[in-house]
Order: sequence, then structure tokens, then C-alpha cells
Amino acid sequence: MGAGPRVVDLGERQELVAHVEERHPVHAASQLAIEDPAVELHGLVHVAHLERHVVDADHPGHTRSIGFRVVAAIELERLERRYGERVALGGVSVRVDEGQTLAVLGGNGAGKTTLLRVLAGLLRPHGGTARVLGATLPDERWRLPAQVGYVGHEPLLYRELSGRENLRYHARLHGVAEARVDAVLGEVEMTGRADEPVRDLSKGLVQRLAIARAVLHDPPVLLLDEPRANLDPAAAELVEPLIGRRSGRTRVLVSHDVQGALDESDVSLGLKAGRPVPVDADLYR
Amino acid sequence: MIAAARTILRKDLLIELRTKESVPAMTLFTVTVYVLFHFGLDRDSLDGELASGVLWVTLLLAAVIGVSRLFAAEREQGGIDGLLLAPVDRTSLFLAKATALFLFLVAVELVAVPAFALLLLGPGLGGAFPELLAVLLLGTLGIAAVGALVAALAAETRARELVVPLLLLPLLMPVLIACAQATEPLLRQDAGPEDLGRWLGLLSLYDVVFVLLSVAVFDFLLED
Repeated sequence: MGAGPRVVDLGERQELVAHVEERHPVHAASQLAIEDPAVELHGLVHVAHLERHVVDADHPGHTRSIGFRVVAAIELERLERRYGERVALGGVSVRVDEGQTLAVLGGNGAGKTTLLRVLAGLLRPHGGTARVLGATLPDERWRLPAQVGYVGHEPLLYRELSGRENLRYHARLHGVAEARVDAVLGEVEMTGRADEPVRDLSKGLVQRLAIARAVLHDPPVLLLDEPRANLDPAAAELVEPLIGRRSGRTRVLVSHDVQGALDESDVSLGLKAGRPVPVDADLYR
Repeated sequence: MIAAARTILRKDLLIELRTKESVPAMTLFTVTVYVLFHFGLDRDSLDGELASGVLWVTLLLAAVIGVSRLFAAEREQGGIDGLLLAPVDRTSLFLAKATALFLFLVAVELVAVPAFALLLLGPGLGGAFPELLAVLLLGTLGIAAVGALVAALAAETRARELVVPLLLLPLLMPVLIACAQATEPLLRQDAGPEDLGRWLGLLSLYDVVFVLLSVAVFDFLLED
């Protein structure tokens, strides 16, 4: 590639689309195939999720390729979070690129949920830096809500309201069309029981609704804390297109199923007493 | 912001309609206290300062129940996280909660004031009802604004049953004084709107100050 790819700093999606249309007419601007091994990215990258930097690989050897140097979807450097004097997270550094999955593993009280809550903007970091889709936390936390879907220990659903009422409520808060509520209910096969109060549903059905709530606004980043808890194998398979690798979203996955999490992740982070440790047999000792 | 507040308010009213956790408890408490005063004082006719004090102290104590329950659904079912994960201005939560509390209190007063008149006002309200209505509305607005603020403050504390009255009642002292003073001449045997304008002005000022103050600080109350 001679002097190497030329980095073009593009601030806006419009500029990126214009750039693609002008220089790489063989590619659809809405979805671009990454073929250039020099940029070490493979698979499909959605233009809508890209930010700022485009590596223009318009080279005689790479005329059909466009390379992107994607700003990391999640980037943590020496992240720290305390509860009073107790360090819940310390020295956590990790980078997760667009579309990748980070598996967070560790025993009870290791800091996994705290990490997710920091990434969701629900807890302030006390040290280091944390960036999610380019938004620096906590200062730019206001940019996060539309971008992040969160499945935590609590379903974040009101027990006295029905599943449909809960999803409509969240749809209104997110400015999402109500038609999307029916679509998501259909995807988790809850249409038939959507009008029952949440308090009357089994934990598995509530978990399906919690997943539906988390993806209602089609967020590019998913923060998942044991998302398949209470789901039977069929239901786990059912939600796979929404929260699994096939969703194409950037994911942070907390799980006690070590092998399962490692199998579906690109990056892994072991935590012990809030500190990063290697993911090995000692992790749970 | 208004649309989000309307969405949250609609949800709160729907939950209250289904659980009936706040308004019936507040109403029952208020009526019970009036019955207790009726028998405790062994009088079926109060007037002036005593009547005014009994009316407002009871309403204020009933408000404590409502304020303690105002964030119950958010606290117990993760509603605060749900809101913080949505792209809405946090002020909308204050507006929704203050409006919900205002409506709850109005619903309580719809029963409590007639019960008060029946049990403790021998001659009844007579022609002073429009003035009393103005005092009730302004007083209730002040209670709702301060109540929503205190409820948010206490929502994440363990001893909220203690924190709510300890914070709320001193903050509502000016409301109590203004409401009681404004109501006192209306409940005298020779009822008349004496100094009413002054006290209504004070109540209005209090309401404006606390609504603005609450809007200004509410964002920080939801920080972890």
C-alpha cells in the first residue's frame, strides 16, 4: 500500500456517504464491506455507526476495498469506581470495537455489574477514562441513552402495568413509534400475553420483556448482565437475533457461563475484587 | 420535556389507579384524624385559629404519606434506572411527580374538606368557599413542589420514613403558617376575607420559589 492508507477525517455521516459515493461507487453507502486486511477489520460495518475517521484504502491493489479505522465503541483506560472507601473497580482498561463482544467474567462481587452500570451512565466513574461511542463519561453522559440498551438484574418494568403498557411507556420516553412495540413483542413471542400485568408473568416471560425493552430503540450498544437468566433453551434461541452476536451490535456480556461467554466474545475481561485479572482457572478461586 | 413529563405522569396515575396505595391511605388517615379531633375535643364545632390549624396540620401530615410513597414504584421496580436510560430531561420527572402529588392531594381534599366541615365546622363554610378553594389550591401546589423534591432526596435513603417528615415538615412551615393564617378568618363565626390577599401573595411567592428551586436542583438529586 506504499505510504499506507490515507486517513480522512470525516465528521459527519453525510460527508462519509458523499466520500463513498464519489470515490468508491461500487459500494452501497448504507452498508460497506470491509475487505482490506490492512485495516484488520472484517465483516460488515454499518455506516450509521461509524465515527470520524475513515482510512481511504483507494490503492491500485485495493481498488474494491474501503478500510475504516473505527473509533472504539467502548474504550476504558484505568477506570476506577469506588463505593465509599471500597474500590469496586480499579485499573480496568479495555477496548471494544464496533460490532465486537466483550465478555466480562468473574465471581460474585467482582465488579461486573458496577462496570455495566458505569458504561450505561448510571454510575459515575471516579478515576481513569471511559468512552462509549465517543461519549466521555460522565461529562457527555447525555449522549448515551439513545445509544445503549441495558438488561440488568432488574427488568426495569412496572409490575402493575402490562408488558405492552411498559413497552409503550419506554417507547414514548425514547421517542420510538408505537408500531415498534408490537414488532418487538412479536420478536420475543409475547404478543399473546402482552396485556397481562407483569406481576402475573413468570420470570422467563418477564426476562423476554426486559430484552424487548432494551432493544426497543434499536441501540447500537447492548449492556447485558446475565441476559439469558431464567430463559429456557427455546427462549434463549428466540432472543438470539436481538441480543446475540447475530444482532450485529456491540455487546458487553456479563455471564457466569464462562465457556459460553468466551465462545461468543471477541474480547474478554476477567475481574477479581474489581481488578482486571487473566481469564483462567484461578478466576473463580 | 413536557411530553416526557406527561408520559411519566400518565404512568404514575395508572399505577395509583391499579394499586390504590397512596390516595386511599391519605384520605383514610385524614378523615380518621378529623374523627379523632371530633371526639377528642368533644366538640362538633370549631372556628377561627383552632379550626384552621386542625385542617392544615392534618392535610400536611397526610401529605407525608403521599410523599413517602411518591417514588415507591421507581425505587422498588427500577423505574429511576429506566428513566436515566431514556433520553429525557430529568426535570420532566420532577414535573410529573409534583403534578401527581398535586392531583393526589386534590383527590384527598375532595373528601377531607367536606368531612372536616361535617365533623368540625358546625356552621359550615358558608360563603367563604371560593376563598378557601384559592388557599387550598395554592397551599397544595406548594406542598406538591416541596414534596416531590423531598421524595427524590429520600428515595435512595434507607431511613426514608424518617427522612421524609424530618425534611418535609420544616420546609412546609411557611406554607402551614400562610395557609392557616389565610384560612383562619374564613372559618370564624363572622367569616370574612381578612388579610387574605397578603397570605395568598405569600403562598404564591413560596410556590414560585420552590418550583424554580426544585427544577434547578432536581438534576443533582438523581446523581449516584
